[in-house]
Amino acid sequence: MSAMTEINYLWPLAGGLLIGLSAGLYLLLNGRIAGISGLAAAAAGLTHDGVSKLGLGFLGGIIAGAWLAAALIRQPDITITSSPGLLIAAGLIVGYGTRLGSGCTSGHGVCGLARLSPRSVAATVTFMAVAGVTVFVTRHLLGVLS
Amino acid sequence: MSSRIAASIICGLIFGTGLVISDMINPARVLAFLDVAGNWDPSLAFVMGGALVPSAVAYIVRRSRSAPLLDSRFYVPANAQIDWKLVTGAALFGLGWGLVGFCPGPAIAALSTGRWEAVLFVAAMLVGMSAYRFSLGRHVPNYRFS
Repeated sequence: MSAMTEINYLWPLAGGLLIGLSAGLYLLLNGRIAGISGLAAAAAGLTHDGVSKLGLGFLGGIIAGAWLAAALIRQPDITITSSPGLLIAAGLIVGYGTRLGSGCTSGHGVCGLARLSPRSVAATVTFMAVAGVTVFVTRHLLGVLS
Repeated sequence: MSSRIAASIICGLIFGTGLVISDMINPARVLAFLDVAGNWDPSLAFVMGGALVPSAVAYIVRRSRSAPLLDSRFYVPANAQIDWKLVTGAALFGLGWGLVGFCPGPAIAALSTGRWEAVLFVAAMLVGMSAYRFSLGRHVPNYRFS
C-alpha cells in the first residue's frame, strides 16, 4: 500500500488523461459529446432515434477496456457498501436526473467544462455541490447509509 | 462495421481503461473524494484536471475544422439556456451519485467485474432513463447543434 500511496496522484492523473483523450478523440472523429448518460440512453433506445450503434460501441468499449485494464494494468479494488435498496434508489435517481439534466460527469464535466459551456458549468457546480452535501448528510449527520 | 462505430469502440476502450487506472471505478474512492468534511481524498480532482487537458485541446482544435474526420458535421449542443430542467436534473444526479458513489461511466465499467451491485445500479439507471423518456422526455427534443 505504501508504494500506491506515494504515486497516489499519478494513477488518477494518468487515468484522467486517458478519459480526456477518449472524449477529445470522440469529438474530432465522430463530432459528438462523449457523455456516458446520453450514450447509455441512446444505446438502450431511450432517445428518439432508435438503438444507437455508436452508443452500443462506446459502452461495449468501456466494459471491454475496463476488463482489459484490470487484467493487464491494474486490478481495481472495488468497495461498495450500499444496500440493494439504496443501489436501486440511487440508480433510478441517476438515470432520471441525468436525462432531465442532459448529462453527467462526462458530458457536463469532462466535455462541457472543456468547451466552457455555461449550461455544463451550472450543471457541474450543481451536481458536485449536491453530491458533497449528500455525503455529508449520510456520513456525518445520519451515519447510517454509507 | 462503419468507421464511426469502430471509432466509438476505440474511444470506449480508452475511456474504460482510464476509469480503472484512475480508480474512479471504485465507489469508495468517489465517496472519499466527495467527503470534504471527513478524511478527504483529493485524487479525483486529478482525474478531472487530467481529463480536461486533452478534452480542451480537442475543443480548441475543433474550432478550426468544419467537420469531424468521420462525419459530415459536428453534433455539439449550442443551447446556452440554463433552465429548471438542467438544474433539477443535475441536482437529482448529484443526489444519486452521493448516495452510492456511482455515476454512469464507472457503473457501466464496473459491469466488467460481474459485481451484482453494478448490475443492479445500471438496471435501475436504465429504468430511471425510461421513466424520463416516457414522461417529460416523450416529445422529440428540438436540439440546436453547432
